Amino acid sequence: MPAIVGLLCVAGLLAIAALAVVLGRKPIGAPVVYGACLVLSIAGLAAALVTLTGNAPPAQLVLPIGLPLLGAHFRVDALAAFFLIVVNAGGAAASLYGIGYGRHEQSPLRVLPYFPAYLAGMNLVLLADDAFTFLIAWEFMSLTSWALVLAHHREPGNARAAFIYILMASAGTLCLLLTFGLLAGPEGNYAFATIRDNHQPASLAALILLLALAGAGSKAGLVPLHIWLPLAHPAAPSHVSALMSGVMTKVAIYGFIRIVFDLVDEPAWWTSLVVLALGGITAVLGVLYALLQQDIKRLLAYSTVENVGIIFIGLGLALAFRANAMSLPAALAMTAALLHVFNHLLFKSLLFFGAGAVLDATGERDMERLGGLIHRMPQTAFLFLVGCTAISALPPLNGFVSEWLTFQAILVSPLLPQWGLKLMVPAVGALLAFAAALAAACFVKVYGIAFLGRARTPAAQAAGETDRFSLAAMSILAAMCLLAGILPGVLIDLLSPVVSLLVGGRMPPQVGLAWLSIVPVTESRSSYNGAIILTFLILSGVLIAMVIHRFATRATRRSAIWDCGYPDPSLATQYSGSSFSMPIRRVFGITLFHVRERVDMPRPGETRAGSFHVKIFDPAWLFAYGPAGRAVWAATGKLNQLQFLTIRRYLTLVFAALIVLLVVVAAWR
Amino acid sequence: MAMILEIAAQALQMFLVIVVAPLMLGVTRKVKARLLRRIGPPVIQPYRDLWKLMHKEAVLAHNASWLYRTVPYLTFAAIWVAAALVPTYSINLIFSWSADLIAIVALLAMARFALALAGMDVGTAFGGIGSSREVLIASLAEPAMLLVVFTVALVAGTTQLSAIADHMIHGTVGLRVSLGLGLFAFVLIAIAENARIPIDNPATHLELTMVHEAMVLEYSGRHLAMIEAAAALKLTLYFSLLVCLFFPFGIATGDKSAAALALGIGTYLVKIGILAVLLPIGETAVAKMRVFRYPVFLGGAFATAALAVFLLFVSQGF
Repeated sequence: MPAIVGLLCVAGLLAIAALAVVLGRKPIGAPVVYGACLVLSIAGLAAALVTLTGNAPPAQLVLPIGLPLLGAHFRVDALAAFFLIVVNAGGAAASLYGIGYGRHEQSPLRVLPYFPAYLAGMNLVLLADDAFTFLIAWEFMSLTSWALVLAHHREPGNARAAFIYILMASAGTLCLLLTFGLLAGPEGNYAFATIRDNHQPASLAALILLLALAGAGSKAGLVPLHIWLPLAHPAAPSHVSALMSGVMTKVAIYGFIRIVFDLVDEPAWWTSLVVLALGGITAVLGVLYALLQQDIKRLLAYSTVENVGIIFIGLGLALAFRANAMSLPAALAMTAALLHVFNHLLFKSLLFFGAGAVLDATGERDMERLGGLIHRMPQTAFLFLVGCTAISALPPLNGFVSEWLTFQAILVSPLLPQWGLKLMVPAVGALLAFAAALAAACFVKVYGIAFLGRARTPAAQAAGETDRFSLAAMSILAAMCLLAGILPGVLIDLLSPVVSLLVGGRMPPQVGLAWLSIVPVTESRSSYNGAIILTFLILSGVLIAMVIHRFATRATRRSAIWDCGYPDPSLATQYSGSSFSMPIRRVFGITLFHVRERVDMPRPGETRAGSFHVKIFDPAWLFAYGPAGRAVWAATGKLNQLQFLTIRRYLTLVFAALIVLLVVVAAWR
Repeated sequence: MAMILEIAAQALQMFLVIVVAPLMLGVTRKVKARLLRRIGPPVIQPYRDLWKLMHKEAVLAHNASWLYRTVPYLTFAAIWVAAALVPTYSINLIFSWSADLIAIVALLAMARFALALAGMDVGTAFGGIGSSREVLIASLAEPAMLLVVFTVALVAGTTQLSAIADHMIHGTVGLRVSLGLGLFAFVLIAIAENARIPIDNPATHLELTMVHEAMVLEYSGRHLAMIEAAAALKLTLYFSLLVCLFFPFGIATGDKSAAALALGIGTYLVKIGILAVLLPIGETAVAKMRVFRYPVFLGGAFATAALAVFLLFVSQGF
């Protein structure tokens, strides 16, 4: 049944998209469209939740649409149900946020029709049960999101962002097309059920995994395929950015999991080395790059790259354990990855909503032009702080739980027999620890520069609190971050059917444990209890505050800033974002990112202004895309000369081409 | 009844760390002063300082937000909870399983996160410089610390502190290369995390190399008392952690009889007392580093700990 419910939701969303074309210009348009999306997303969410908790065997549904005689196959198993929860929870939050945020949209017709269509596309990818439907839905998702990236096409840089996005999306789909071609085999059966029965030789399975990694990785943002992500995610309206970062990258991860853990035969163990290495590099480079950004939304997009890296570390560990038939550690690693999928959805959407609220209130995305928002937007500031704490993997919030589980999975991996893995896993563990510490630094910077301190511009000075729909959406996500942090056992148990489907084992049940703690392997090995930690934190903090207020003093006086006796009223003397990240830029950036700083200091007596320039190069652009782009440019420049030939030369060319082809055909036979 | 006794034992640990923390700070200051041929303040001076600060009115900048006023209590609470969960005189206390070693490291990270934010709240250059350097040090020290955690966890086969201490006492651990490397890295990290020489100087004030003191420059009164107490607790926490991970002898493991507990408390106090004497001796022997030399210092810790982890992945025998 759930496939039908999902398809009805998709149909409903497409109908809303059509309706939005008509309603778009009216003021009632935005609330109606987003409200309807909210209702349908909640319906989809409820259906997926019922599927995941009820243990009914998944039924296939074949509709006579698409290719003649083949039809379109749909099916919702536990894996699809979990990701449907992710998509629809994200969709519901974004729709609720959109009811408020969408009112300020300058050109609603460029957003409203595409938003429901985009949600429909993502749902359809998860419902698909044959390669053809999957790819069509995948492309539909890419194209609708591309249209949303272009919503504000007149702003500088957005057109280029959309161009790079569509280029990378096409390349990714090409890889997936080849993947499914290999999976379908010589008979060309595109239904997933028959693909599962096909058996590939080991080398082909490895090739399929690598192609899937490229195809899904380019959508998810794996380094070095991440370049479109920090351009395209900030360009879209903020609720769409949240969907792209929090949800669409997860649909890409679903594609990878579906192909690698479900469809293909078990690939050789060494493929997990590739996944682990890419995951580790992605996590560290993503967060280091995020640290150097000044644009809040771009920083969040790079932080998404980091989190995708963390998820791929979990998936790589699961692959390694599964290849060695260690089902319990594989289940642990897979649970960690899937839990991080869900957690990242929560806090990244929350943070993008907060960034959207700031953008809406001040018109600024550049944090060097913000500051002091904690006074002007107190509720947004508090909710954004929750998101920052959660994404920095600090207890008792949810980001910590999934990273903790990943660490636990790393700690059982000395049991792995292969030497390659014995050396790779600790290196990846070190990279993960490094990424976690840098993420905290990164979000201290975001919050400290944008929300704390003194307002740096009149726009930041004049900001006001955002609307109540946006606040409601953010509050729900923040509450979920806390709940998922203190009651992770419920989520882990919810994930167990998914995990046992993928790796053939599951973590021990968590809900019945005393005091609601989580115990991944055995109690003597490791356990964590977020609820007790939270209780202790509150109790001890309140206790000490009460004791001091009661028995010492509670007197408080307001005064001017002290600043060691030399306060400077100028707002420019505050620490800026680029000065905050200067030490880290110097330490890590010089070799990794070819950071070049240029200081132009006027000599004493000169009256011109001083200046300071920082240039940062993405190694991916420097070493891969830049040379490739220049090569294409040079080749097309050469080929362009063919446009201006005389008729005789064209005839010669045609004749020569004919001869060459005939020779080739002759040689072929 | 048994439950009440269990909770009382946990509460005893909670208050033990908070009571001895200022004393440890006083001992280090006294020893340092003697080494510099000064008389130095009495060892109970930190208690007096805290008492005085708590009774003074708190002066806040006009634009200080709620975050600025909450952070001292939050930082203190986070470090106190972390310190109360590290076994000091007995293992297997009732709440010892609620956070393992990784979670304790994360609790310390949370305290630092909060304090770094508070440093930027008023919008001064000093606060910013302190926070910026603090997160630089953290971004190097925290991964190194997690690698030390991995080292001991791989030797003991668990991340539970009680189980690690138990394994170190009863298991056939012996002298291990990996544990030696881990101890070396841990000492370097502890120096950096507690803002001691050569990374930071707890005694300086108006100096451009300072980190922790710059971050909390605006604080006064009871808020400053909380932050100072948290810093003292953090030092004690690192002492307890070092003792619990590497030298857990004397700790009460089996029955919780009064004699065993008294022995546990006695040995614990002696051990951390020795550490409080050793720390200033080390400090007076070296000079403060430039900021951009920190990566060398902490990178050394990171590399050492990483080597230990690699060795353990290669063979559990190291």
